[in-house]
Amino acid sequence: MKRSSVSLAVAGALALLPVAALPQSAVDEIAKYRQQLQDGNPAELWEARGEELWKQKRGPKNVSLEGCDLGKGAGVVKGAYAELPRYFADADRVMDLETRLVHCMVTQQGFSFADATRRPFGSGSSRSDFEALAAWITAESKGVKMNVALAHPKEKEAYQIGEKIFYFRGGSHDFACATCHGENGKRIRLQDLPNLTEQAGARLAYTTWPAYRVSQGELRTFQWRLNDCFRQQRFPELKFTSEASIALTTFLAHNANGAAFNAPAIKR
Amino acid sequence: MTPRQPFVLLFGALLLAGCATLSDEEASKRALEIMKASFAERGQAKLDRLEQDEAQKLCSKPPAQALPKDTAERIEKANLAAIRYPADGKLLGDWKSGERIAQSGVGMQYSDDPRQPAGANCYACHQLSKQEISFGTIGPSLYQYAKLRGSSAEIQRYTYGKIYNSNAFTACSNMPRFGHKGILTEQQVKDLTALLLDPESPVNK
Amino acid sequence: MADPMRIRVTEKDGLVTVRVLMSHEMETGLRKDTSGQVVPAHFIRNVTATCQGRTVLSAQWGTAVSKNPFLEFSFKGGKKGDKVVIAWEDNKGDKRSDEAVIG
Repeated sequence: MKRSSVSLAVAGALALLPVAALPQSAVDEIAKYRQQLQDGNPAELWEARGEELWKQKRGPKNVSLEGCDLGKGAGVVKGAYAELPRYFADADRVMDLETRLVHCMVTQQGFSFADATRRPFGSGSSRSDFEALAAWITAESKGVKMNVALAHPKEKEAYQIGEKIFYFRGGSHDFACATCHGENGKRIRLQDLPNLTEQAGARLAYTTWPAYRVSQGELRTFQWRLNDCFRQQRFPELKFTSEASIALTTFLAHNANGAAFNAPAIKR
Repeated sequence: MTPRQPFVLLFGALLLAGCATLSDEEASKRALEIMKASFAERGQAKLDRLEQDEAQKLCSKPPAQALPKDTAERIEKANLAAIRYPADGKLLGDWKSGERIAQSGVGMQYSDDPRQPAGANCYACHQLSKQEISFGTIGPSLYQYAKLRGSSAEIQRYTYGKIYNSNAFTACSNMPRFGHKGILTEQQVKDLTALLLDPESPVNK
Repeated sequence: MADPMRIRVTEKDGLVTVRVLMSHEMETGLRKDTSGQVVPAHFIRNVTATCQGRTVLSAQWGTAVSKNPFLEFSFKGGKKGDKVVIAWEDNKGDKRSDEAVIG
């Protein structure tokens, strides 16, 4: 009801403008509409489910995830996402949030890797535990300044690899991440594109994922965002929690350092 | 808009954090290995999509590492030579069909049906007709394309060629090589050429 | 039973503002799935809000309301400590009712 009256207002406002001004004003009106959607973000429904999943005893070993160490100590969730991805000694590798959750599901809850990663992305009644857990865990980092340190050699390496992948031109269309995200002030159709090679763009983009994607009607994580970018780049499918996804996330998260984390957000 | 901060800042931060672990060459090699292990074929998108041709390899560098002039020229020359112009010599098709192709964003994704024709998705990056306000800005505006530059045989040849293989004229162009990579058919490229050059096309009204 | 609603209720100078986030697919019945089959309509038909048992809002919704609806409304005559109950029923007969106390 609130949403349909906004779209009438948008159409009305646009009808009064000269033709040349239409695209930018359409972008501005849509931005205003998105601001209004912030209140009542359906992401909160996923946050509630995520908190439950964290505390629920599950899996063959019948334990909860409350013993999972996300980098700040076992069970410490507050502020953990702002420091991910990071190196974990017990696995001897750099992990992002979802990779770490899979690790805890397998080693602590006793799930097999196949069972744990059966549904990375949900659709309607077919839900993904990762989206719910990510919603809650990231909400616990809201307001915290991004602080992805590159202290360990493997963290430095992940950043380097991530940067290489960012510029990799491939597929039928010669697209790299940089093709769309390498310059200021560009947009696809009416969707503004953040320049991820610079601090301002990286900060704006990285701190607003995960997000409730209105067009999908789902809470989508950063793993999803990378997966869907590569689909549109005409690449084959990016594997869930693959090395490439972790390296890219490290590159982008570190570039966002210093900005206050501001998710789960709401997007088109 | 906030002032542009040089890319050098980020690279500098990495150096300050301690010596980079891998050399540039090692990092490229390792990245390729990781890419191959991190993707799975799905639908029509097979792993050969990760195999780079010469232009893609050379163009996978950050803008701060600008391509030397002779390398850029080499890429353009090679791609120009690869353009296949229509055997019947006719470069203009049907602009109405061209507009549909310009509006369509499907084709070549693993979520697309390979039996359906691909679109060129021109509006994703360019302004074309005046009526379509939902256009992108990754590429320059093409509004009034023929009005501004005429539609001589030379322009027709350039336009067809640019759509067929953008790198023939600009090494490392962001624009896909629609003909060269088999995204569009010859007829589709003709239809897009007409969209830009036909005086009746909405692009030139 | 459907997922719980998230309800926030505030009171200022006698005016009570209620914000409710509901979890519901709100399927219009006009969409087709990937195999071409129509996805059946499934949407909230009635919404009622009461304060201490007194009805303060009554709504009849249809397919124009989007998925995971967010409802915000205000009413007079509530005070701190009063119980606000939001209830909905959909076209399949599913129901959900949640409450909050005016803080």
